[in-house]
Amino acid sequence: MLPIVPDTLGPTTDALRPTTAGTLTGSVPATNERAGLYSRYARRYARLVTMPTTAPAAHGLADVTASDSTLRRFLHGLPGVDTVGLEARAASLGTRSIKTTAKAYALDLAISMVDLTTLEGADTPGKVRALGAKAVRPDPTDRTAPATAAVCVYPDMVPAAKAAVAGSGVKVASVATAFPAGRASLAVKLADVREAVEAGADEVDMVIDRGAFLAGHYLKVYDEITAVREACGTAARLKVIFETGELSTYDNIRRASWLGMLAGADFIKTSTGKVAVNATPANTLLMLEAVRDFRAQTGVQVGVKPAGGIRTAKDAIKFLVLVNETAGEDWLDNHWFRFGASSLLNDLLMQRQKLATGRYSGPDYVTVD
Amino acid sequence: MSERLSVFKTYKLYVGGKFPRSESGRVYEVTDAKGKWLANAPLSSRKDARDAVVAARKAFGGWSGATAYNRGQILYRVAEMLEGRREQYVAEVAGAEGLSKSKAAAQVDAAIDRWVWYAGWTDKIAQVTGGGNPVAGPYFNLSSPEPTGVVAVLAPQDSSFLGLVSVVAPVIATGNTAVVVASERHPLPALSLGEVLATSDLPGGVVNILSGRTAEIAAPLAAHQDVNAIDLAGAGEELAKELETAAADNLKRVLRPQPVDGADWSATPGTERMTAFLETKTVWHPTGALGASGSSY
Repeated sequence: MLPIVPDTLGPTTDALRPTTAGTLTGSVPATNERAGLYSRYARRYARLVTMPTTAPAAHGLADVTASDSTLRRFLHGLPGVDTVGLEARAASLGTRSIKTTAKAYALDLAISMVDLTTLEGADTPGKVRALGAKAVRPDPTDRTAPATAAVCVYPDMVPAAKAAVAGSGVKVASVATAFPAGRASLAVKLADVREAVEAGADEVDMVIDRGAFLAGHYLKVYDEITAVREACGTAARLKVIFETGELSTYDNIRRASWLGMLAGADFIKTSTGKVAVNATPANTLLMLEAVRDFRAQTGVQVGVKPAGGIRTAKDAIKFLVLVNETAGEDWLDNHWFRFGASSLLNDLLMQRQKLATGRYSGPDYVTVD
Repeated sequence: MSERLSVFKTYKLYVGGKFPRSESGRVYEVTDAKGKWLANAPLSSRKDARDAVVAARKAFGGWSGATAYNRGQILYRVAEMLEGRREQYVAEVAGAEGLSKSKAAAQVDAAIDRWVWYAGWTDKIAQVTGGGNPVAGPYFNLSSPEPTGVVAVLAPQDSSFLGLVSVVAPVIATGNTAVVVASERHPLPALSLGEVLATSDLPGGVVNILSGRTAEIAAPLAAHQDVNAIDLAGAGEELAKELETAAADNLKRVLRPQPVDGADWSATPGTERMTAFLETKTVWHPTGALGASGSSY
């Protein structure tokens, strides 16, 4: 487990000195220096010895976001990522052989976790309707195939998507905040979010400001996420996209994950699907570790959504193994784990047909979108 | 003079323009006519067949969309490359079929000539099998042949090279892509053919070559929903029946094994093997014969 609260105070002996100095007489410490020590001492142990007088923070890590420097100190205090170890572990978990009934279970689970996505400039209401129909009933020839978790569209397509999946339990997710670049002012981003939520989006996929993150302005990113979180209200769950392909190091991905979770993300999501490097087993493993540790620390469960580049059922099953072995069974549910994909669904359906009939299926037997 | 260490060749599959080993990791021993060990060949599994179909499907758009003239050039280039490795094929065919060197050479020459012959057909077959149809109405009615799609080809079991070329070349000449199951006992010339195809401008995936037990690989291919046709040249009577039944599921085109007399692969082939894997597309186009209907335009 990660050490969560970096020691923001001086060495322990420093903090303890006042107890020996001040208790005998019971007198009030005279000097300013002494007062400073007391308050530091009090701050450090306040949580342990006193009842909270203010409303409790959402979780025990609220104070790390007090200022830019505490946030930076916290994020940079996270342990560094062992790159070789991480990739080796992700690769070794990808070697499991999942067959027969386990495979059938995994395929159905994966289908139920797909956020069926269309994010093209050429999207039309007709295409979104077709996608919605497919999300509700992925395999029209087999009614036992589960529905997908959601359809994911641009904000202006939310009404069309909402109508297409009405009454089915399939959610509508909308990207927002100037997706995919995120290069717009906060006001524009919030307007984008509000529009999506007002149109009825059940989930909002926001992108973080990678420029600010890479420049080290963590608090700016944090504030932006909390503002978007607020704009989502209680109606919509918030997915925060880090665009891991642009964060360049695993350490940054770990920091971004914690930053997003601290700011109140319901889901942390790898990528937009618009850059060269999207979801990989390694970066998803890293994020799964982060949500596991975050829940252990704060009791708050956060979902994970790898997106982009997952095209085959085999890959999807590898991700499910990662989830089970890292975060645990609690995440094996489409409330806590999603795949952002479009072509993946067809491969899952073809594998499902193969399992049911014994014959290899082909692209002629699934819908082309 | 010191004796050289022997350098054995690792025969591998040819799938999607690459040379993978079998997914299963298995190999089997290939022997010559007298039972002497020649080499180890990959023993393909059904998953290799599946991968080959995926590769062939991926290559189909580009290959069928290429101009017939371009296809002809590429096939001719294959013949050029075959010519350059003639000695190797003579040795492999002689070893596999137990022929004398001169008889094997005659087989190889015939195979190369046949390849050239089919290369010439690429831009002519449409004129022979397509054309304008006379119809009673103000329409142009045009039929043109189009490739069927992904064709599974079971290569003849005995004629390891001439037979192989005689079934593969007509399939790809018309724009189909092929998954070839090499002769079970004599797979080496087929696996070497992959090396020639890889170096002759033929896009990866147009021809995919698998070696192994014909029955084991052919069964999933015959049942495969994404295979459009199957050539049963290399299947025995019983196996052919079984495969044809499996192929009926998605209405595959099936070319049955020809009668034993037809197994003389040196005879002039005719166009049947090409037309077996062509679909005829017919287009009706109004001629706009407005004068006939009395319009004043």
